[in-house]
Amino acid sequence: MTTLYFTQDHEWIAVDGTTATVGITDYAQSQLGDIVFAEVPAAGTRVEKGKEAAVVESVKAASDVYAPVTGEVIEGNGALGDDPSLVNTAPESDGWFFKLTLADPSELDGLMDEAGYKAFVDGL
Amino acid sequence: MTDTNPEADIVENAPETLPLDAWHRAKGGRMVEFAGYHMPIQYEGIMAEHLWTRENAGLFDVSHMGQLVFTAEEEGVDVAAALEALLPADVKGLAAGRQRYSLLLAENGGILDDLMVTHLPEASPFDAPGGYYMVVNGATKWEDIGHLREYLPDEVTLSHLYEQALLALQGPKAVAALARLAPGVADLTFMTAGAFTIGGIDCWVSRSGYTGEDGVEISVPAEDVEALANLLCEQPEVKPIGLGARDSLRLEAGLPLYGHDLDEETTPVAADLGFALSKRRREEGGFPGHARIMAERENGSILKRVGLVVEGRQPVREGAAVLDAEGNEVGRVTSGGHSPSTNQPIAMAYVPLASAQAGAKITLSQRGKIYTGTVTPMPFVPHRYHRKGA
Repeated sequence: MTTLYFTQDHEWIAVDGTTATVGITDYAQSQLGDIVFAEVPAAGTRVEKGKEAAVVESVKAASDVYAPVTGEVIEGNGALGDDPSLVNTAPESDGWFFKLTLADPSELDGLMDEAGYKAFVDGL
Repeated sequence: MTDTNPEADIVENAPETLPLDAWHRAKGGRMVEFAGYHMPIQYEGIMAEHLWTRENAGLFDVSHMGQLVFTAEEEGVDVAAALEALLPADVKGLAAGRQRYSLLLAENGGILDDLMVTHLPEASPFDAPGGYYMVVNGATKWEDIGHLREYLPDEVTLSHLYEQALLALQGPKAVAALARLAPGVADLTFMTAGAFTIGGIDCWVSRSGYTGEDGVEISVPAEDVEALANLLCEQPEVKPIGLGARDSLRLEAGLPLYGHDLDEETTPVAADLGFALSKRRREEGGFPGHARIMAERENGSILKRVGLVVEGRQPVREGAAVLDAEGNEVGRVTSGGHSPSTNQPIAMAYVPLASAQAGAKITLSQRGKIYTGTVTPMPFVPHRYHRKGA
């Protein structure tokens, strides 16, 4: 069973047991505009909660994608190298950035659920 | 997720609104602060707007730019000669209705601004027969006006047309769309201008722009600009285009942006704008920085502005360093980004003269990563101006 969480930095994290998939939200991609480049971490990379884990660039600007939780990357989404626009067209499915193994599931406690994130975005 | 290089031009005071502010918002424009104004960065998306302009016609609001008119206070005052003391252009040789690109130069030859100057004919909406019309950058217009007022003789009157808005209609179908409303504009050639009535509105139209495409720039009274913008957008070829695509279009066209690719530290020779130095002016002198600029023409400048195509897919942007073989910073990227029309990262950079020839490999450093650029003749996308005789 998959549980979806969101950060105030506009990442989503879909958690299934101790593994999770991370991407940026539809709101984030709409704010960034046309994505022309994405760089994802390689398998084996250790990422830390709140620290830069990936890079996404629109026509206009470069942005960092932060790790919502600490863990070890299992897989980066290689499809983004060939077609970074997947982040625009399918931000919360095929446009995912990386999968990781959670180091400390309690880090999820401070994150928002879908309704909480929607309220957060509506308030921006 | 946060921007690591937000590039809005920050100003101290609260941004002002332009005459089309509400129109932009109604059209879905995403407003940002630029040059002291709220301006639309995009409507439907930078990539789509960019490609639309290259294929059809894009309408840009550039009312933030400064529109100035210079006239003689009395009979016998030579306005052209007065302007030539501040610009390297052959202003005296500019026939009525003709426009020229020029540079406002500091005493040391540094570039204070880049601009367009036009010799006005008898008939224009500006009521200034024989005067000169100038368009300067929005971010620099107040300093330009101060500089011009200080250095021009008192007998030359400078009027700031702050009640005129400015639109640019750019793209291969721009003139066909406008000619439906004002047939005479089709007779203009690149860098010529004239007075036209469009939908009953008195306008000043020049065949020029900042995209590398054919097109026009239209000066219109602020009170009429919304009616004109609506009239233009009713044409099937025309969509409103934001600042984001304006920047990517001008970068592909190899056109420098003041404050980024040009500043007081750069000279016309280093900026590779030698075409803006008229032959007669080079020979006669009499403009600021003449001795230094001529020496640079003779011996070369230390750095030169070049175009780069960057390997890979990641854009290398303004501020990235140009490195020599030992890793020392010897130059700088001044504009850079993804090129929607050629689908690759492109940039403008100042590089040492010895590395400025086409094909030279340039090592770039951005946020700790190394990239390779190849010096490439500009424009990256061929200009399609409607030149006389073409």
